[in-house]
Amino acid sequence: MNKPFRYKVNIFLFLLPALLLFVGVLIAPIIMSTVYSFTEWNGFTTPEFIGFKNYVELFTSRSINIQRALKNAFLLAILSCCIQLPFALWLALRLSRPIKGKTAFLSIFFLPVLISTVVIGQLWLKIYNPDYGVLNVFLRSIGLDNLTRIWLGDKKTALGAAFVPILWQYVGYHMLLMYAGIKGVPVELTEAAMLDGCTQAQVSRYIIIPYIRPILRVSVIFAITGSLKSFDLIYVLTNGGPNHATEVPSTLMISMLFLRNRYGMGSTIAVMLIILCFAFALLINMLFKEEK
Amino acid sequence: MNNSLSGTRNWRKIVVYVILILWALISLFPVYWMLTFSLKTNSEIFGENVVGLPREWVWENYKRALHTGNMPRYFLNSLIVAITTIVITLAASVMATYAMTRLHWKGRKRMNSFFMLGLTIPIHASIVPLYTTLAKLKLLDTLWALIIPYSAFSLAMGILVCTGFMGDIPYDLDEAAFLDGCGVWGTFFRVIAPLMTPAVATVGIYTFLQCWNELMFANVFVNSDKWRTLPVGVQSLSGQYTTDWGPIGAALSIATIPTLIVYIFLSKKIQDSFIAGAVKG
Repeated sequence: MNKPFRYKVNIFLFLLPALLLFVGVLIAPIIMSTVYSFTEWNGFTTPEFIGFKNYVELFTSRSINIQRALKNAFLLAILSCCIQLPFALWLALRLSRPIKGKTAFLSIFFLPVLISTVVIGQLWLKIYNPDYGVLNVFLRSIGLDNLTRIWLGDKKTALGAAFVPILWQYVGYHMLLMYAGIKGVPVELTEAAMLDGCTQAQVSRYIIIPYIRPILRVSVIFAITGSLKSFDLIYVLTNGGPNHATEVPSTLMISMLFLRNRYGMGSTIAVMLIILCFAFALLINMLFKEEK
Repeated sequence: MNNSLSGTRNWRKIVVYVILILWALISLFPVYWMLTFSLKTNSEIFGENVVGLPREWVWENYKRALHTGNMPRYFLNSLIVAITTIVITLAASVMATYAMTRLHWKGRKRMNSFFMLGLTIPIHASIVPLYTTLAKLKLLDTLWALIIPYSAFSLAMGILVCTGFMGDIPYDLDEAAFLDGCGVWGTFFRVIAPLMTPAVATVGIYTFLQCWNELMFANVFVNSDKWRTLPVGVQSLSGQYTTDWGPIGAALSIATIPTLIVYIFLSKKIQDSFIAGAVKG
């Protein structure tokens, strides 16, 4: 009876299911993806090692045009940081003050986050429908016929039209995080400031916002990495079209993999995305630390 | 002076309320519209009554949504995937958390940070290797092709939440159980696991929503119609019946109503589970 040994075996047994899942599905595949990204492989034959060729092709090929996909993703990230997050912060600040119907507002604003992106995408497809969609019907009914568009089918409007539901859906998510953060601000702090004659706006600006920096940091990270990874709504709404105008890295990756059977190149895009996400998370962490 | 000040204040308050109510309407509109047009005829949807309540409640749409395509099947698949994933995630994360918080060994903190990496790893990272591995294991195009990845990706969140809850359980209980002759397994099953019910709810809800709505894996790892989950099934149905909005609205509603019901009864709990995942991530 070697007790310490049995103890160790038990620890291992308790960890085993989690470790198997975690290493098998998350850690090993990252390594495998990285290896695949250096190969030319169609999924059937044996992969052929080609060094950095995929990476060179990815950034130089006109037909893949990763630049456009990245530009779209970054545009979404910028819009998210400049419109979605400030609006979410405003909502959170408002709702954390005494106000009638607070819980109802919170619950309603958060609702879109919970609904399947396929359902949301299908609904917005119908909202944008050129003939019967609510948007064009509304524009016609107030006499603005000349503003009606084939929103998702026109190269000029498709990207904007696809971004609106993405930004709309997650306002409530960021609001909820920020609201939770604001609830954590000690009441003494805000009350003391109010007694000193600060206005609500000053309290928000000088006490609440600095206090919830850690949450704001999380929100910014989610907004940016989420934009880089965005897939679901674009896939449902436009699938990268019309004529690739709304392509993002994820849609490129999927079409590389499952339309063109280029597993090596698909992995290259995946690896690039992972690196970008981690790099931005680190960068944002550094920025938020430095400003302190 | 005083009067004009309170005047501007009132005026401001009204503006705030107008914005809040407007945003509430914008947030609710797609769901409201879906539920109403799921009960309308095409002629109402396409012109006579675009945004109003249905004049004539066409329950027929729901019947057709259930009979065309495989809606009941998709629903059942989604349910099986969600429930199995919740069970696996919970079992694995409660066990791992127990080992990392109640048992003493070197490196348990580091192991915890290792699992927390899972909060930031995007699912893109594993799509190709999972696809080829699942194909080799002959699991592609089965529900396991979804259950296993979903469980793995929910794990970090599960461990995070369980660590919080398990930390609140007094350590005296372990000692008492040990003195009563319980080993680690006895303590785990008789003392700790039964006290984890609040974590079960939080993790369960979060995992349910993730599985119920996931699209990318569901789209790639399952091909045959009979194993499709709701997101992919609804997506393909909508592609087939582009001109029949009523039944599609009904199909979309069928996919959404379970979420709505859960949300109505557990809104606070759901919101808390989303906050828990972010605060540390």
